[in-house]
Order: sequence, then C-alpha cells, then structure tokens
Amino acid sequence: MTAHTKGSGMTWVGRAIRRVEDPALLTGRGRFTADLPAALWVRFVRSPVPAGKLEKIAAPPGTRIITAADLVGVKPIMPMLHKFNYRPVAQPVLATGQVRFVGEPVAAVVAASAAAAEDIADQVELVIDEIAPVVDMLAALAPDTAPLHREAPGNVIVEARFQTPEFDAAWASAAKVVQVDARSRRQNATPIEPRAGHAAYDGASGRVTLTCTTQMPHLMRTAIADLIGMPEADLRVIAPDVGGGFGQKMSLAPEYVVLVWLARQLKSSVAWSEDRRENLIAAFHSRDQVIALAGAFDQDARLIALKADVLANVGAYSCFPTTSGVEPLMAMAELPGPYDVKRYECRARGALTNTCPMAPYRGVSRPVITFALERLMDKAAAAFGLDTVEIRRRNLICTFPYKTAMGLEYDDATYQQTLEMAAAAIDVPAFRARQKQARAQGRHLGIGFATFCERTGYGSPAFAARGMEITPGWETVIVSVDPSGFVEARIGSSPHGQGLRTTLSQIIADEIGVAPDMVKIVHGDTDRAPYGWGTFASRSLVISGGATLIAARKVRAKLIKIASHLLEAAPGDIILEESVAKVAGTDRTVSIARMAREAYTQTHRFNGEIEPGLTESGTYDPPGTFSNACHVAIVEVDAETGRVAIERYLVAEDAGRIINPLIAEGQVHGGIAQGIGNALLEEIVYDESGGILTANLADYMPPTAREIPGIELHHLETPSENSITKAKGLGEGGTIGAPAAVINAINDALSSFGVEIDEMPATPQRIRARLRAKSTVVPA
Amino acid sequence: MTDKTNITLTINGREHAIAVEPRRTLADAIREDCGQTGTHIGCEHGVCGACTVLVDGEPVRSCLMFAAQAHGKQIRTVEGLASGDTLHPMQQAFMDHHGLQCGFCTPGFLMLAVGVIEREPDIGDEELLDVLSSNLCRCTGYQNIIKAVRAAAKEMRAR
Repeated sequence: MTAHTKGSGMTWVGRAIRRVEDPALLTGRGRFTADLPAALWVRFVRSPVPAGKLEKIAAPPGTRIITAADLVGVKPIMPMLHKFNYRPVAQPVLATGQVRFVGEPVAAVVAASAAAAEDIADQVELVIDEIAPVVDMLAALAPDTAPLHREAPGNVIVEARFQTPEFDAAWASAAKVVQVDARSRRQNATPIEPRAGHAAYDGASGRVTLTCTTQMPHLMRTAIADLIGMPEADLRVIAPDVGGGFGQKMSLAPEYVVLVWLARQLKSSVAWSEDRRENLIAAFHSRDQVIALAGAFDQDARLIALKADVLANVGAYSCFPTTSGVEPLMAMAELPGPYDVKRYECRARGALTNTCPMAPYRGVSRPVITFALERLMDKAAAAFGLDTVEIRRRNLICTFPYKTAMGLEYDDATYQQTLEMAAAAIDVPAFRARQKQARAQGRHLGIGFATFCERTGYGSPAFAARGMEITPGWETVIVSVDPSGFVEARIGSSPHGQGLRTTLSQIIADEIGVAPDMVKIVHGDTDRAPYGWGTFASRSLVISGGATLIAARKVRAKLIKIASHLLEAAPGDIILEESVAKVAGTDRTVSIARMAREAYTQTHRFNGEIEPGLTESGTYDPPGTFSNACHVAIVEVDAETGRVAIERYLVAEDAGRIINPLIAEGQVHGGIAQGIGNALLEEIVYDESGGILTANLADYMPPTAREIPGIELHHLETPSENSITKAKGLGEGGTIGAPAAVINAINDALSSFGVEIDEMPATPQRIRARLRAKSTVVPA
Repeated sequence: MTDKTNITLTINGREHAIAVEPRRTLADAIREDCGQTGTHIGCEHGVCGACTVLVDGEPVRSCLMFAAQAHGKQIRTVEGLASGDTLHPMQQAFMDHHGLQCGFCTPGFLMLAVGVIEREPDIGDEELLDVLSSNLCRCTGYQNIIKAVRAAAKEMRAR
C-alpha cells in the first residue's frame, strides 16, 4: 500500500487483529435466516423418481398447495453462454410436465407451521409416469440415449475444443507419452447451515423483503424480479449471517422464486428451511468428472505437449448465473496449471443426466484438474526414474509474466520457490529412509506433492471470455465518514464467514488514519449496499478490497484538503493518523470527527472550494492474479483395511500481501479440510435406477477433527501488480491442492504392491478393491 | 400427534412455560417456543452437533431429544455463557485462536467443549480430540478449534 499511516511506521494491514464478526457469533446473537419468525411455512414436495411424466398432483382437501399451474407468467430459470456450443435448457421453478431428478421441487405446501406443512406434504399424492433415467454420464452420450431436453440433442450442454498451433508435430516428437484416466466422484459443498429463505410482504409499500442464505444478494434480486416479472425496486434481498456457502449458495435456488411469488400472492410472510436430506439431494452437486489426460515429454522429462478430454456430469439443468458450463470450461482454461507447456489440446464437455444439477463448489474443477495433472507428473517421474520433486522442478514455470497456451497471463509468483521450500521443510531424503524402515516392518508410508497455481480476484474480462450472458466481475464500495466521525463502508460483496468486515476495516483504517473499530462495514442488503456481485471465486478481498482502497483513498484526499484549509497548511504537510490530521513538525491538529462534522454542517466555510459531504465511491474491475502453492502430505495406508491416516501435512503458499494472517491461515486450514474430505471420504452416490444413496451425514461424510491433521504453513508474499492492495485470493487454494497431495501420497505408499489409484475420493473400499485385484500379494 | 402438553423448560436459569406437541424436539422448542435462536439446527439427525446444548451439565444433541424429556431439567445454551459483556473463557479462546468463521456450528462446539471441560478439566489431548470429533465444522479445518479448547481448558482450570 502506498499511503499507509505516515509517521507511526505501523499499519493495520498485515496484523492478526481479532475479528469484529466474532462477539455476536460467539454469544448466540448472530442473525441467520432460519431465526426469523414467519406467519406461514413452506414445505416443498420433491420428485421421488429421477425421470418421468408428471401426471397428477393431489393434495388433501382443505390444504394449500402451489404447483407450476399456479405460477402463471413466471419464467423458467435459463442461464446462457454465448460460446462453446452451449445449448440453453430451461428449469421451471416448479416441475412442469416432466421431472428430471430425485429431489426436484414439484409443488409447495403452505401451512401455519413447518411441522404442519411437512405433515401435509407427506400426504400429497404424486402420479408420475416413470421413464428410464440416464444416470451415468457416458451412457448419456450414447447415440441411442433419449435427450433429457429437446434443446440439447445428445445430452451435450456444452462442448469446447482448443488446440494450439503445431500441436501434432510436438506430440509426434515425444520421447515418452504418459497417461492418466482421472475420475472424480460427485460431491456436495455441505455448508453446516442448510439453505433457507424468508419472504415478507410489506402492505404499505407493496415491496417484498427476501432474507436468504445467498452469496449474491444483488443478483438474486435481479434474477427473481426478472423471472416473476416485477419491478426490481419492489424487491429487497438480505443476506444476513450466512453459515458457509462454498459456492453452493451462489446459484439461484428455484425455491427462492416461489417464496417471493407466495409472499406477494398471500400478502404475508412465508419461510422455508431445508432439511439436510433436501440439501444433500437437491442443493447442487459438483466435481463429477472424468479427465483423460496425456502428457508428451522430451528425453529430459520436460513436458512438451498436453492433451486432455474433460467430461463433466452436470445433472439435469443448468445453474444460474454461471451455467453448468463452468466446470468443463474452467478445466479447459486452467488445466496446464503451473507447468511450462507450450502445446495444448483439449476437448471439454458437459453431459446432462437425471441427477441433481451441478454448480460451483470451492475450487470449481481445479481440485480435479490439479489431481489429474499431479497424478500425471508422478507417473512421469516413475516413467523417467526421477524423484517426485525433480520432475516438478524441471517443469514449473520460473519466469513471469508468463502467457499460457490458453492465453492466460500469469503474474509474478513463486512456483519453484514454494516447491523447494516445501521439499526442504518436509525433508524428502529423511522421509525416504523412514519409509524404507517402515516397509521392512510391513507398514506402508507414502509422500505426495501437489504444485498448482490458481486464478483469483478476476474481474469482468475473465468472465466475458466465457461468453456469459450475466458477466460478473467488478465491485463497488462506498466509504463515508459520517458527521459523528465514524466510518461506514457499504460494500457490494457479501461475505459468509470469511471475516471480510475485519480485513476491509484494516484497509480503510490505514488510509483514513483511524482504528479499525471506528469502521463499520455494511453488506448483504440490497437496500443499503451498492450493486455488487457477492462472494465467490476467491475474489472478495482482492476486488472488494481494491474498491475499498480506491474509495478510501478518495476520502483521504478530501480529508487532507479539508485539513489543509482548516489548519492553513500545505496539503503535502498533512498527516492523517490516530483519528486526527496533523501538520508535520508542528503541534497543530484537527480531529477527523471535527472535519467530518464541518464537511456536512459548515460547508459555507470552504468558500465553494470543497464539495459538501464526506462520501466517496470506488469501483474495481481487475484482470485477475494467480496465487500458488505446494502442498505435501505424508500418509500411512493400512493395507488390511484400506484406511488412510494423514501423518503430516505441509503447505508453502504465496497469496501476495496478507491483510490479516489469522484470517488467511484460517482460510487455508478450512480449504485443506474440505480437500481432504474430497480426497478420502465425501461422495454422493446414485444407484443405477437414479436413486440417491447418500442423503444424510452418516452416509455422506464430511471429515471430523479426527481426520484432519495439524497443518504446517509456510508463507511467501509476492505482491501482485494486478491487485491494487497487492493481495491475491486464497479462499480456494487449500481445497485445490489437498486431493492431489493426499492421493499421490497414497499411491506412493501402495507402490510396492504395484497398485495405483486415480480416483477421488480414495475410500478404503476403493483401495481394498485395487489391492484385492493383486491378491497374490495381500489376502482378500 | 397435535395434542399439546404443558411443560417448563429452564434455559440459562430462566423458566419458560410452553405448550408443545409430544413430538416437538428440544431444539425446535428452544428456538421457536422460547425464542433462543443461538442454538442452531444443521442436520436434524444427530450427526453435525450444531444443536448441542447442556442438559443437567451433559452435552446433548437437542435435535434428538424431545422437549418433553427436558421438562424440569437445567438447560444451558450459548446465550448463557457470557456474564454481561465478559465472554466465557471458551468464547474468548475461540476468538483469540480464530476458532470460528461463519459461526453456524460455533454454539454447538462451545457447549460441547464447555460441558466436557467442566466435567473433565484435565482431559488428555487424545480424549479431547475424540470428543471434538463428535461435531462437524465446515469452515475452520478444526485445528484452531482444538487450540482454542485447550487454551480455554487451561484458563478454566486456573479459575
């Protein structure tokens, strides 16, 4: 930051101050959507079958039930991409004619309590003429499979192809070609707070206030008003405290549209809180992908060409606003990762199936592409007889800026340095000696590396490159010093647990010369906050933080102007710190509170030279910056049971300037825990007939404190020129690196059996199945 | 199922006379009939532990207990931990060690940890890890929760 508080030598940025969010959350005073009382409660009746024609919906007499037939004029959800052979498909907010996945909302029961609504919903009769479902993504693409949607023949919703010039020649020149068929099973982001919505009609104004568990309040307002056909000014959307989202709460839930429609229709307040089963079957899934990856290496084990075929199972519909093109297209754009490879060919497709729709989840594709690419690197190391560190050392990019085969520009980073730092800290030779000893005792230890880079904090150009009809990216922040001298920043972003109120207040405090506790951050209310895009894609601190800095600098400039006027000193001599403006080298001061008061109430004293008020706005729309990290895991695999224990986990990471180390480390820890869940435990399972087998938290298993090891963190800080705060995003990195590091370690542990596993999660069942296939070594 | 029973729930020392259906869970009664929304509901099948409260000093998943079963018992919830503006050592430790992010699972973890440390102030690290693995957190990765509980245990022992 160029303009930190002068004189004191101390900045708030970079300090591990305690979070302003915490006292309320620790004392039960947090305000979550489900805490609101309502006059009426909604229970959604959901399809019990994966595919069929909806023949009849019959509710018990005297009950209130809403079906698609009631929602006259309400448009279906239909996000759009204008590129990559995208086929727009429509999702009615309540099923119309057809049901396409188990859990699809078919009708809404309204009653005086949640329990009463649930009782009635249980008695609703659904007659559905079932048809054979398409569950498997490869089966979906078979020529004789009927399409789920007429608009998407062949069940392909998106198909992108890319090839660099001279690819074939490079491929033909390879000394060795190494392949991996990587498979990621389906996952659910599983925030501990399930989704909830509360829509309240105001008889005086005719407006509806929708309080809901969203990461994007403004876009929810735009989308819902558009679908219902109501003025956007008549809808206020509030995201109060949101209990985690991780992407799942970014997409438009059809349930919210029904709630707003009901509140207007019934002129009342209506609420819905999903239960965990609804969340697991219907609140968006992700990561269901097959990636066939092949690398052509020269005789020195340098990757000269990379070829990928990506197929994502996107479920029955397309999520708004990103579309379900988001996983395959992100995979295509970022697959070359941190490696210097000039020739690249990729086909990326999304397949429609009779399963829950896919939507972004922390990392979006990158946990899967990193897993595929890092498995490829370890296989290449084996093929060339090289160490796992050496193969990466030979291939990582080391000069920046670097333009990738796909045309992305990587800003200054530390791919090589984080690898070397992690390798030194974990002490690979010492581990190899210990591994050898352990093997002699019948114990199977393994080490796994994952190096990756991660696009974060990217603005509208990056989204526009995907051809998105809704192109998000920028953020606006309005910073005011009010007449009391306190600072209020209204932000378009909408945090859901990341501590953004704390970090933004640190940025403002340094600019304006006040303590962070003088700064209030207002977010998550479309009546109070400027239009913005919310929180996703590791963007909030970079983009909202950048907008905050721009606005705060303008306020600072104005304060200096006022101080210069009041203190009769040159602007260059004014210092702002500790809530006062000082004239350097003198004892003349004026408080910020007094300047603020005068900016509103004594404007006649400024002779028309200073505009009234003390409110400034900043908008930021950056190109994007790349964080990077190297993760290392050491595991022990029990060959008898297939159980994996993570013995040690180490990260060397670089996310540019760290605004608050406490919060930054918390983000990395939490991301790694989700990545370990992805690596070992979490899997949404459909049976062959399209039923879902993992509809509770005993069957779908997020990790507990038992499964997550201590995490050793090493930081490098390479300030980004593509971020005016110099910070890079780090919300997703932990989740991106962990599956590759852990499963590479499992493969290393199993190498003496000649067994490989290229599938996530690597559950005990999968590990045992592979070991059983080598049953001459280990008894079944 | 809809006939209501009169019961009294004593929450943080205050009596709430309420009428509930026999099927009403303690979690729903605390939140909706008594208005104490600090206790959160995450799964309603006893896995996530977000709804953990203390009943006669023991951590209980309030989604798995009927309200009627808690009649006449002493219930403690997150709202009862602090004394005025002074945080309980467990709350303070969660703040100091960044043991929370979104805060949704936090009331359950606080009550679980307070219940266990009050009962077993000298609990060993392994036993503590076993206890803390009974609740789910999706944000923190647990390391800072474990640190916070250890620090609070030390502080609580010293009092």
